[in-house]
Amino acid sequence: MKISNLTALSKVMLLIAGLLFIGSLFVPMWRIELSAPQYPEGLKLQLYANKIAGDVDIINGLNHYIGMATLHTENFFEFKVLPYVFSAFALISFLLIFINKRKAVFGFLIVFILFVVVAGVDFYRWNYEYGHNLNPDAAIKVPGMSYQPPLIGYKQLLNFGAYSIPDTGGLMLAGAGFLIGLVVLKEFKFKKPV
Amino acid sequence: MNKNKLSTLLFAFVLSSALFTSCKPKNSTDAVSGDAAKRVYVAPGKYDEFYNFVSGGFSGQMSVYGLPSGRMLKVVPIFSQDPESGWGFSEETKPMLNTSEGFIPWDDQHHLELSQTNGEVDGRWIFANANNTPRIARVDLKRFKTAEIIELPNSAGNHSSPFITENTEYVVAGTRFAVPGDYEEGDVPINTYKKNFKAHISFIKVDKESGKMDLSFQLRLPGVNFDLSHAGKGKSHGWFFFTCYNSEQANTLLEVNASQNDKDFIMAVNWKKAEEYIKAGKGKMEKAKYAHNTWNDETHTGTSEMKGEVLVLDAMAMKDICYLMPCPKSPHGCDVDPTGEYIVGSGKLAALIPVFSFDKMIKAIGKKDYEGDYEGIPVLKYNSVLHGEVQKPGLGPLHTEFDGKGNAYTTFFVSSEVVKWDIQSLKVLDRVPTYYSVGHLCIPGGDSKKPFGKYLIAYNKITKDRYLPTGPELTQSAQLYDISGDKMQLLLDFPTIGEPHYAQAAPADLIRNNGQLKIYDIKKNNHPRVAKGEKESKVVREGNKVHVYMTMVRSHFSPDNIEGIKLGDEVYFHITNLEQDWDVPHGFAIKKAPTAELLIMPGETATLYWKPTKVGIVPFYCTDFCSALHQEMQGYIRVSPAGSNVPLSFSLGTNLPASATK
Repeated sequence: MKISNLTALSKVMLLIAGLLFIGSLFVPMWRIELSAPQYPEGLKLQLYANKIAGDVDIINGLNHYIGMATLHTENFFEFKVLPYVFSAFALISFLLIFINKRKAVFGFLIVFILFVVVAGVDFYRWNYEYGHNLNPDAAIKVPGMSYQPPLIGYKQLLNFGAYSIPDTGGLMLAGAGFLIGLVVLKEFKFKKPV
Repeated sequence: MNKNKLSTLLFAFVLSSALFTSCKPKNSTDAVSGDAAKRVYVAPGKYDEFYNFVSGGFSGQMSVYGLPSGRMLKVVPIFSQDPESGWGFSEETKPMLNTSEGFIPWDDQHHLELSQTNGEVDGRWIFANANNTPRIARVDLKRFKTAEIIELPNSAGNHSSPFITENTEYVVAGTRFAVPGDYEEGDVPINTYKKNFKAHISFIKVDKESGKMDLSFQLRLPGVNFDLSHAGKGKSHGWFFFTCYNSEQANTLLEVNASQNDKDFIMAVNWKKAEEYIKAGKGKMEKAKYAHNTWNDETHTGTSEMKGEVLVLDAMAMKDICYLMPCPKSPHGCDVDPTGEYIVGSGKLAALIPVFSFDKMIKAIGKKDYEGDYEGIPVLKYNSVLHGEVQKPGLGPLHTEFDGKGNAYTTFFVSSEVVKWDIQSLKVLDRVPTYYSVGHLCIPGGDSKKPFGKYLIAYNKITKDRYLPTGPELTQSAQLYDISGDKMQLLLDFPTIGEPHYAQAAPADLIRNNGQLKIYDIKKNNHPRVAKGEKESKVVREGNKVHVYMTMVRSHFSPDNIEGIKLGDEVYFHITNLEQDWDVPHGFAIKKAPTAELLIMPGETATLYWKPTKVGIVPFYCTDFCSALHQEMQGYIRVSPAGSNVPLSFSLGTNLPASATK
């Protein structure tokens, strides 16, 4: 048996990674929780692979006071692309089982890491855009104040506390990435040639 | 008299007067135990344990309180116009106060009854009576809004209502005044009372799912005054019990003339039997005119339908529907214990409380153990139906509720107290004073099969020195007692609106978790003149009628500049609150409008009618502090003389018409 072949355990992990990619299509990837004295029950924005959900209308209504642009799913090309990306990732994970080459898995890991970096940059760019590109006629203008939500973690924006964290889908994607990383580690580092 | 003798005398006088003073009973404030404050304290942000729905009496409305804190949560407008919410002022709500005699802006609301399933409070609806112009209302407890009002023909003084059967099959309503039926000659001498005056009891069917009411049938009865009632439950399900006074059939100076007989009656009605007779076609369709008003949650509009007939069953001709149980001295309250076996009658002028037994009554009916009949209705022998009498309970018994542990609690108006007694042994167990002259009382679930016997609330008729004085008219008041132990303990006084009569209470979770509505879904808003977004807002002239389709959202109206309105125009503002967020109502008020404001809930559309009376600029604004820019939520209407050629225009954010700014 060639050492480049994958072990049964690796194949199972690839299968699980593929299923996680599929699962992430149906649940929110990311969420931004907002709380304010007037909203003790909290408001939330949920980012799915294909749409923005949660209290979008209420948040859009409130954001007009500071002149922030309103959020609409159709304004983001990402929501058109991401479902295909995740489906492709799932397909690749399953194909890797049959390709049965550790180098191929390593290649996919690199692609996935690149994707995460690009997605992070893209998310930051949108946050920056929405937080800084404010209508000059807005009713509330605080000199020097911008309203960029945190990439991850907590930030106070006027009377709102914004808490940006991965949701179920995001955790599933992270899990898939972790499993692929584990496969690579296992196949390259801990496997002795027979 | 020397100096010594004088001082001795003086000393003796002082001593004796001190002795007399100390004999005077202690003042009421001593009746409150040390930790009462802790037991009624509900910390800020915490919820009360019970909802208390309290009739508003002559205010015509229902008020809602939290217990044990006594904090008022809401006043639900029912039978009276309410300028605060626009109830009875908006075009949509006016039909709800329509009657066979047109729009009636006020009533006297006495009794409330929560809907029940299997004899237990189910938290869906609460029924309310209008005493003056006989009507029954159903309030939807998901919205805390009046959903339906039905008028009752052949009635006057709708007092013994709105009591319900154990699965809310029927709401009943007995007439307090006997009067000639609407289908009979009414222009008769008053002193022909005994010949021409009759009493009717209405049975209103309630739809199991929707709660919709329908006047199913009425029983035609001798001309007595029906006072209060309660349904049988458990074994006595299928029966209804009504107290009646003025069996003397007096039509003047009732104070004296209706207090002559030693015993009046509790009337037992076998309503299942009545249903059979109705099915068998024994009822007679009689001409009647009564309004049935229903609220639609999707059109946000009330509709008033006029009905033309009612099915009347002559209970005096059918010998086995009604039976009379003699009850001492003008009975008032009529209360059935949680097991359904005991029926308590409270003779206002009696020095005892009679308790009747349902089993004995059935037996007596079986044996035809009658002492005679009253206009065709069998009168059972007092001793054959009596479980026993509570001896020397107090003065002026009025109403009784139950704690589900075998105890009954009766209010005494004259001796101003609540007395606890054992239903089986009829022994008095405890008594506490009320301040002052208690009328009704309420124990959560206290007239159902399943009482929650922790608190008792007394609703008093007189407050005198209990609160800071407010001129000749003083506040009305409720008093909260802890009844969880052997002894009743006064915990709290709290003021109420109007005059509180009967009340209901239920565990908070039962109401809170019944599917409470937070907003009206604007997608389901089917109001014919809704504007579902600012793009749909417009002003349309139809002859001299101008329809303004206006929207409101934090923090502006659309449109907020309107020109081209002329004297002689009739303007209808159809305003939609576009918000879809909890607790964001907007208000709408126009300068010098002779009506009221509108308070519009998220997703709702409401209409205010306005006829301008003067040429000039008329401002309007939002009355409910909605946001940081609430004070900016305002607009202008330009009113021009009749025949003016100012074109109709409307705008938001741009100055129109363009010609005007040049």
